[in-house]
Amino acid sequence: MDWIAMGTGFTLILMGLYGALTNRNILRIIVSFTVADTGVNLVLVAVGYMHGRTAPILDEAVSAAQAVTRIIDPVPQALVLTAIVIGLGVTALMLTYAYKLYEVKGILDISKCKDLKW
Amino acid sequence: MNTVMFAISVLLAVAMIGAAFITILAKRPATAMLAAGLVSLFASVLFLFMAAPDVAMTEAAIGSGLTTFLFFFVLGRVRGGRS
Amino acid sequence: MIRRFAVFLLLLALGSIFVNLLMGYVPDSELNLTARYYAEHTAQDIGAANIVTAIVITYRGLDTLGEVTVLFLTATIIGMVLSQGQKHRALQRQLPPSGELLTTGSRLLVPLILLLGAYVFLNGHLTPGGGFQGGAIIASAALLLLLTDPLRRFSHRLISVVESVSGLVFVASGVLGILYAGGFLDSRILSTGTFGALFSAGVIPVIYSFVGLKVGAEFTSMLTNLAETEQS
Repeated sequence: MDWIAMGTGFTLILMGLYGALTNRNILRIIVSFTVADTGVNLVLVAVGYMHGRTAPILDEAVSAAQAVTRIIDPVPQALVLTAIVIGLGVTALMLTYAYKLYEVKGILDISKCKDLKW
Repeated sequence: MNTVMFAISVLLAVAMIGAAFITILAKRPATAMLAAGLVSLFASVLFLFMAAPDVAMTEAAIGSGLTTFLFFFVLGRVRGGRS
Repeated sequence: MIRRFAVFLLLLALGSIFVNLLMGYVPDSELNLTARYYAEHTAQDIGAANIVTAIVITYRGLDTLGEVTVLFLTATIIGMVLSQGQKHRALQRQLPPSGELLTTGSRLLVPLILLLGAYVFLNGHLTPGGGFQGGAIIASAALLLLLTDPLRRFSHRLISVVESVSGLVFVASGVLGILYAGGFLDSRILSTGTFGALFSAGVIPVIYSFVGLKVGAEFTSMLTNLAETEQS
């Protein structure tokens, strides 16, 4: 299953980057970035997965003594938890700037933004 | 890992890639945003299969829920994303 | 055309790197050294049943502090960027009423959603979930209120007070960790209690609750700042 998730994650990263690089509408670029973001998270979680083991939560089923042989790697999960939350922050910031650009210049098409072109 | 879970995860992977295609190819921005939310939602189910319930919860609540709503808030403000 | 070709070339290069990574990937059959340490020591040292929570709050607590700071900065920047140039907005748009079903349903659901959010971050050290998930759930209650009435205004004062107090409690309990336990953000300033009880794992439930409130306040302020760009 980790192979499937990893392959899907890599595919999503590539598709998201393709969408971000070829679209001209700023909103579409941001949406593509979130798809790439999901792909990165999938790859990271898939790296921590191990066959035949359970989630890193100790309870009646997995006691503290046998945790080492029964649970999967918890570190990538903690990392991805952070990444998802920061991902929302980054997306919100991008959307805010896109909205501000629309408010000031009335455009969403970045090929029409010629201020910084040379 | 049994066959049913394997089959479901293959199905989820195909659905995610399909939704990602819709995201980058759709004509209307609203469709693209919904499809991106769908990618996140399927990803959260896949996280659950990969024994990561914490990540699955976060992805479902934040990646799939709040992000989509933020997009729609902004989309409503810019009058449908046409310029 | 040349641009699209360059994009394809770039993606091809990235794709070949990814394929190489995928082909050369060998899944671990045992936990690596760090994960093994966490798996062996979390239950007795920290007392949290959810090892991910123990890592997020105690072992890598500094990362979480940075993450919360980044979120705070994001919310602030959004507020700052959107607050400029809103004065000269005169045209009034008449919004259609949101309908009986949505109004009544949200009145019923909002308290339950808030309760679920509180449950999720209070039990973060025992079950899946925690401050970030609970905070997002709380923000979704605010979202529901905004959907029923797009012109509803939340008290910015309340949001910022909740946010600052939670941040202060987070940092203060970290400093208390230096004084009474092993170091900054060490959660053992309270006793670890019985394993699996609600009041266990030292100060983790307290910190995670305040992280939940802070994250909820930050997401709510992001949403309300975006919502208030609607002409009112």
